[in-house]
Amino acid sequence: MSNKTDSNVYTVLFAIGMVVVVGALLAFTASSLKERITENKRLEKQQNILYAMGVNENEGNSANFVSTEKAPELFNKYIKKQLVITDGNVEENDKAYLIDVKKEQDKAKSGGERQLPLFVGEKDGKNFYIAPIYGKGLWDAIWAYVAMDENMVVQGAYFDHKGETPGLGANIKERFFMDDFYGEHLLTEAGVFKGINVSKSNADPTNEDKTDHEVDAIAGATITGDGVAAMIKNDLALYVPYFKTLK
Amino acid sequence: MGLLSKKDAALITDPLADNNPITIQVLGICSALAITAQLKASIVMAISVLFVMGVGNVVISAIRNIIPSKIRIIVQLTVVAALVIIVDQVLKAFAYELSKELSVFVGLIITNCIIMGRFEAFALGNGLWRSFLDGIGNALGYGVILIIVGFFRELLGSGTLLGFPVLGDPIAKTGLYSIGYENNGFMLLSPMALIVVGIIIWVQRTRNKALIED
Repeated sequence: MSNKTDSNVYTVLFAIGMVVVVGALLAFTASSLKERITENKRLEKQQNILYAMGVNENEGNSANFVSTEKAPELFNKYIKKQLVITDGNVEENDKAYLIDVKKEQDKAKSGGERQLPLFVGEKDGKNFYIAPIYGKGLWDAIWAYVAMDENMVVQGAYFDHKGETPGLGANIKERFFMDDFYGEHLLTEAGVFKGINVSKSNADPTNEDKTDHEVDAIAGATITGDGVAAMIKNDLALYVPYFKTLK
Repeated sequence: MGLLSKKDAALITDPLADNNPITIQVLGICSALAITAQLKASIVMAISVLFVMGVGNVVISAIRNIIPSKIRIIVQLTVVAALVIIVDQVLKAFAYELSKELSVFVGLIITNCIIMGRFEAFALGNGLWRSFLDGIGNALGYGVILIIVGFFRELLGSGTLLGFPVLGDPIAKTGLYSIGYENNGFMLLSPMALIVVGIIIWVQRTRNKALIED
């Protein structure tokens, strides 16, 4: 028996057979679960957008979304308009939240027109403008939904990441970091876009000063923090022309 | 025992105590440190490993006579990897939020030394039923330690169990917190998991001196 399984031909044939069987099995699993996974991701986007505008079930220090069952209903209730901004032209599109920001960024890089989705929400008589942004952290992608008012003052934010270091960079999705952005101004007094820096030399760790364009960085997560600042600066700047038209 | 002979039953019970994969064989420590900050993540990891170990051991045992010995480690790795991808996909479809929490750690099941160790040491030389029992036994032994560590880390680190506050509210100062108790944030960091595992090893070897190596 050992002679049979030791031969090179047998080994190669076995390897080929194994790859075919395992490949087929995985392809079958992936395609049969695909629909559910896409649906989960769609609901998550709705939850993220609602979270940014303050529709969430936060308790204590933990960030909690509204439940997936309630998300579609609340999304319809609070999000009044979904806009797509293409080269200054604003159009309504109720599938705007499904736009893949990463793909749009790539499109812009290769010279195409970038579609900018923007969601207009209303809660307690106040308008929220929520923009999805996308960038890179230390290991992989990071992204966020930032809710702003008419003057581009942050009204809430939800950050997420694909694979930042647990306990360090991964903490950008913790309340203590996200909540710091609340009330921060993106524009200077003169109305010029400046963004928000994630600062290690912040002289204002409790974040009292909301016009300093700085929040306190997370110790040990320099690259992730820089990534957050860069993504705010690059992506939110594109929305400035639209906000100017609101005045 | 009926269904299980004495020898077979030992395959399940040994890894739970005197031949525990984590505390005695010192395998699978990495994941025990990484994901035990919360009880929920520990339980899900334990269940995922239970599935991968049980099925994986049976698959390896079933094909043990036709695996070419030259590429046997590669074959074992392929089997674990395929099973882990299936677990990952199923979690993404049916427990999406949990799968985000576990994120990279599900993928890390592949590198869990217990799995490859049991394939190599047991499933390659034993029949289907015994391999299945061995897989389940070792996964349970692993899971038990994970859950014990997760229990203490979440309780002492966050004052909650499975997310429910059990010691009162640290901000409103109710329950234990009203008499000056504080959560120990250090418990949430990996080094404390190692210390908790160390304490379990200590307790276990104090109770059974035969386990102490010279």
